[in-house]
Order: sequence, then structure tokens, then C-alpha cells
Amino acid sequence: MNRRDAITRVGLILGGTVIGAEFFMSGCKSSTSASGVADLSKPEIVAFLDEVGETILPATTTPGAKAAEIGKFMGVMVTDCYTEADQKIFLKGISDLDEASNKKFGKKFMEADAKQRTELLTALDAEQKAYTKTKKPEDPNHYFRMMKELTLLGFFTSKPGATQALRYIAVPGKYDGNFPYKKGDKAWAT
Amino acid sequence: MSANTYDAIVIGSGISGGWAAKELTEKGLKTIMLERGRNIEHIKDYVNANKDPWEFPHRGGRTQKMIDDYPVLKRDYPLNEVNLDYWASDKDSPYTETKRFDWFRGYHVGGRSLMWGRQSYRWADVDFEANLKDGIAVDWPIRYKDIAPWYSYAEKFAGISGNKDGLAILPDGDFMPPMDMNVVEKDVAKRLKDHYKEARDMIIGRTANITVPHNNRTNCQYRNKCWLGCPFGAYFSTQSATLPAAMATGNLTVRPWSIVTKILYDKDTRKAKGVEVLDAETNQTYEYFAKIVFVNASTINSAWILMNSATDVWEGGLGSSSGELGHNLMDHHLGVGASGRYEGFEDKYYFGRRANGFYIPRFANLGGDKRDFIRGFGYQGGASREGWSRDIAELNVGGAFKDALTEPGSWQVGMGGFGETLPYHENKVTLDKTRKDKWGLPVVAIDAELKDNEKKMRIAMEAEGKAMLEAAGVKDVQTHSTNPFLGRGIHEMGTARMGRDPKTSVLNEWNQVWDAKNVFVTDGSAMTSAACQNPSLTYMALTARAANYAVEALKKNEI
Repeated sequence: MNRRDAITRVGLILGGTVIGAEFFMSGCKSSTSASGVADLSKPEIVAFLDEVGETILPATTTPGAKAAEIGKFMGVMVTDCYTEADQKIFLKGISDLDEASNKKFGKKFMEADAKQRTELLTALDAEQKAYTKTKKPEDPNHYFRMMKELTLLGFFTSKPGATQALRYIAVPGKYDGNFPYKKGDKAWAT
Repeated sequence: MSANTYDAIVIGSGISGGWAAKELTEKGLKTIMLERGRNIEHIKDYVNANKDPWEFPHRGGRTQKMIDDYPVLKRDYPLNEVNLDYWASDKDSPYTETKRFDWFRGYHVGGRSLMWGRQSYRWADVDFEANLKDGIAVDWPIRYKDIAPWYSYAEKFAGISGNKDGLAILPDGDFMPPMDMNVVEKDVAKRLKDHYKEARDMIIGRTANITVPHNNRTNCQYRNKCWLGCPFGAYFSTQSATLPAAMATGNLTVRPWSIVTKILYDKDTRKAKGVEVLDAETNQTYEYFAKIVFVNASTINSAWILMNSATDVWEGGLGSSSGELGHNLMDHHLGVGASGRYEGFEDKYYFGRRANGFYIPRFANLGGDKRDFIRGFGYQGGASREGWSRDIAELNVGGAFKDALTEPGSWQVGMGGFGETLPYHENKVTLDKTRKDKWGLPVVAIDAELKDNEKKMRIAMEAEGKAMLEAAGVKDVQTHSTNPFLGRGIHEMGTARMGRDPKTSVLNEWNQVWDAKNVFVTDGSAMTSAACQNPSLTYMALTARAANYAVEALKKNEI
């Protein structure tokens, strides 16, 4: 893989270009400096995003997204890397998600149990998939796609994600292009 | 000898400047290498080279602040968190784009030798003869036989791994053992060979990553982090290879923060006597003197220096008497390719991160192949299994989704073309005296574009990419064709071309400026045509060849 293709490949998550648009590969859209539309480092927001992340990628036989401090990671990424417009969508998405929970179960997301959370986020993911499918480039991004993307990126590139959920060897030392694989073996982290 | 007097001055410390310094110092010349940017010390200053992915707060991505700070670099992959320090500041060193040209620069000791793609291919006679046969631009003053021994010389020192494939279009070199194609790549290669009845080949990339220990350098450890700087010295860079060799002679002085503003030309001797330097930190001006000057500032900046020099004799600068200085700017055009899914081989994977891929050498307009454009293109690509970033349509969130993503997905094969750009006189760089950089120096204006031949070629690059992958059995083949602009190949060439006639070229067959015989230009600006192979190996060979000639000529008092 040459460097150009390798980077391009990383620029895709969930089969599409990463939100934040200019995260890995740039379009040429003008950007206003992101001053930060909200403080996403507040403990209650971090805790909320931790639970969203953990619902998307829960602990199974390996650690889940919370173990990778996913709430904190999402806050950093949204604040530093998202355009102001995307930051606003993300922030509003936190209350939208709560509202969706209220509507479905009559309680906020944090009060819902694990099964309900999974049910809710499954529905939201179906919603964002349907929306993204027909979305024009200039249409706003869907907040749940942001949360899912950031959860995947943050978890699988974290230490627990890369070394426990996946396999990671810092210095392979050799290359074998005919390495045996059997179902259940983990993928390489990078 | 006064403190500012040397035998030789080398302007620039990238791939060709490092080679010039090595060759000249090894032949006994007291040499000063001038670098406009900061020093980067081998290993010690590769600050991110040993970091794990999770140590980068944005996991390698780009922040809005970076996007604001780098209005040009942001256009493509080079703007990233992991090696941001290796890219020149767009704001300190702006340039004027008469037409869009993506100029990605490295202003530090080592230049872009630290970040280069390392693919290293010889040219063949078909490349050196191309302009003559097509009746365009000017003929190269050299042929393959003139440069072949210097290719060997450069390969043996740099350490190029590759397979002897026996292809006329891509001559074999003095290679280290090749890296291996993976099991799917081998299968695709065999199917292509069969389908095209041996008229097309897919080979392992030939790369300046060493596969066996070499000159106190450790062989490649398959981390695929080359562009951070390699703590093992496993890929060729100024720092890993030419600089230590030059330093070992005791003849080299390196001066960072030294912007060469002009070559000092002596009208009486009709030679250069030295250079003027602006200290980038103090803004003080200095003069350095030498018997010979090697210009290796990279294609566009070498032209800039020449255009700023001897303007009292030639309005257009040193080397401008032909009217070609700054003209014929070329690059390789890319961003066109194809990819798809490869079925089977579910019981196969790979171990290690190979910083190399496969290469499909040029086939267009060769043998019986005839196109509606001239010249051709090659492809670089690879096969790998999908990772966690893939979409799983039938799963949304939860444990089953996560566990599915922790296993590799199906095999994917992808490749992108690198196409030859023709030398057009009107594709040019000039001085823009209305605009100044951080140091008050006039900037360059770049006025270049892809033309009809390249545009037709891009259509073929896309179509052939799809056809070949499908012929190899790749499923769901998708193509892409993006951003048809020059510069993003980061293979700028041609602004001071070599030729046979001082009326139509800037340099002669030894890379000497026709108008000042002790000035040698051996970076990409010397290229008379672009071929479609990655060019750096050719710069190395041309530089070693020119340095050898220069020292001989010096001994004979010819320059």
C-alpha cells in the first residue's frame, strides 16, 4: 500500500467519508475557526457519551468503549476537529437522543436500562443509515452517525481497543503475506 | 581560505542535495550544505516515530486549527497530526496560484527525503527517447546507457529492495531482496499475466526500504510508519544515508536556517563565485564563496533562486538565456484508480505492515498498444483485508456488531494510477514581485494545468484500472477520478531542463547551467520529460553522475 492509498483508506469509516469532512482528507470548503460551541468536558456530558459509546461497542469478552474513555475522546474530537455547524449538530444531538429515549420509554437515556439503550440506538442507527443514504453533500450530518463514527475511531485506535479487542504489534519485524487465518482470530489494529 | 569560502556549495539538503554533499565531500571537496529550514537530527528528532496510535489526541487526524493554518496542505492527505512538523508553513511561505497547484513542501534538513514515498524505478530508453520520437519539447541529452551505471551506484548505496522482473520498460537494478506480495496479490498478478498474455505485469514495488542490514542501518521492521522518520534508518533519507556518509569525510558543514537568495555571478569569469544567504532566524545576509555550486533546492525553489540571480546580465535570471527557465513544469497526475472485493482466501491473512505495494508498469502506447494520447501511466496498489472501519449493513450497534468488527473483513484490492505529464512551455513558474513571504522575499507564481493529453490519459487510467481488476476476478469494482490538478503528485519537475542546445534548454548533459559552467542543477528541475515512474532514483543517479563530472572538470581546470 503506498502512502496515498493507505491514508485514503483510513479516511473512510462505516463505508463513507468521515464526518468533520476534513478530518483525514480535505474537500476545499472554507472553515470558520472552531471556538467551541459548548463545553463537552463537563462530567455529565462525558458520562452520557461514555454510555452512548458503551452501548454502540459494549464490553463482551473484550473491553468496551467506556474502557477507552470514549466520552472524553468524543468531546475532544468534536471541539477540535468539527466545524462549528457540526459541533452544533452534535450538541443538539445529545438532547435529541434524550428526547428520543423519553418518547420511546418515558425516561432519559441515562435512566434507561441496557436493553432499552440498545433498542433505542439500534433504531437511531437505522434512522441515520436511511438518512445518510439519500443525504446530499450540503445537507446537515446526522448526529448519531457522528457518535457512532467517533466511537469506532476512538475505541479501535485506543489502547484497550487496539490491543485487546484487536491485535497490535508495535514492531512486527517481518512481513508474511501468506499468514494463516481462522475464523475468530482478531484483525490487526493497524 | 576565508571562513566563508569552500570548495563547493550545495543548496538544499533533500534527496538530491544530500547526494551532492556525499559525492563532493567523498571526493575531497570542502563543502557547505545550505538548508533554508531547521535541523532535524536523525532518530533524536523523529519525535513521533515511536508513538502508538492512541498517543495522538486526534488519532492522526486534523483539527480545525490545522485546517486554518495550512490552507494549501489541507487539500490532500499530507495535513495530518502525526508528521505536521515536517511540512512547510503555507503562511510563512505563500505562493501565488495563477492556476491551482498543490505545492507540498518540506523546509528542513532532509527536505522531503523524510516524507517521500520511496518507490524507486529506473527509466528505460523509451523514456529518454520519448520527446525526440514524439517531436515535442526537446530531446534528452542522455540515454539509458549514460545513466545506467549511476543507477547501479545509487541503488547500491541507497538500498533499493526489488525483484529482478526482466522487464524492458522497467530495467532491473542492483536490488536488495524484494519484499513479498501477499497471497491475494500473487493471485491477481498471475491472473493478469494470463489474461493479457504476458503483455501486462504486476510486480512487487521497488522501494528504498532496506531488507537486509546495510551501512549501519537496520533492515525494515514492517511498522509502516516511514513518514514519521525511521528510528531504524530503514528507508533512504538524507539523515539515514547521505548525510552520515558526508559527515564521515570531515569535509561537510551543514548550515540550517539559510535561505539562498541568489547565486553570485561573476561577469568576467562567466561563472558563479558563490551565493548570498539570508539567515532565516536573524534576517542577516551572508555571502559564501566556492568553486562550484550545486542547486538542489527542489524544482520550483531552484528555479526561484536562478530567476533571482544575475539579473543584471539576464533580466530573467541565471540560466534564462534560452527562455526556458521556470517553464515546462511537470508533475505526475494521479487521483485516478479502481478498487474492489476479492472473494476467497478467507483462511489467509498477513503479518506485518509492509510499507510497499504492487506496481503495474506502463503498458499504454507500448508494443502493439495504441491510444488517443501519447506516453503512459503505471499503477501502485495493494491487497488487504478490511478492518474495523468497514460498514456492516445488517448490524447496527451492540456486542455482535463489535465482535464482528474485531475480525478482518473480506479482501480488497485497490490501485491508483501515476500518469506522465508532458512538458508544456506555458506551464511555468515566475517571480511574483507584488507579494512577499515572511522574510520579505518575492514569492513564486505558479501557472500550470493538465491539458488534453493528460485528460485523455486519465479516462484510460480509470477504464483500464477497472478492466484489469475485473479481468483478475475482482468483484464490485468501483473507480475514482478526483482533483485533476498538478502538484499533488509531489513530483515537481522540469523548470530548468537538460538539453542539447543552449538556445532551448537551461542545462547541458552534465546538468551544468549553459550560462555558468560551475553551476550544476540536479534536482527535479533538470528533467526534460517526466515519464510515469517515481522520479527520485533518477535524481540520485543524475546527481552522482554530475558530481563526478564536476570534480573531474575541476581537476582539469575546465570550470
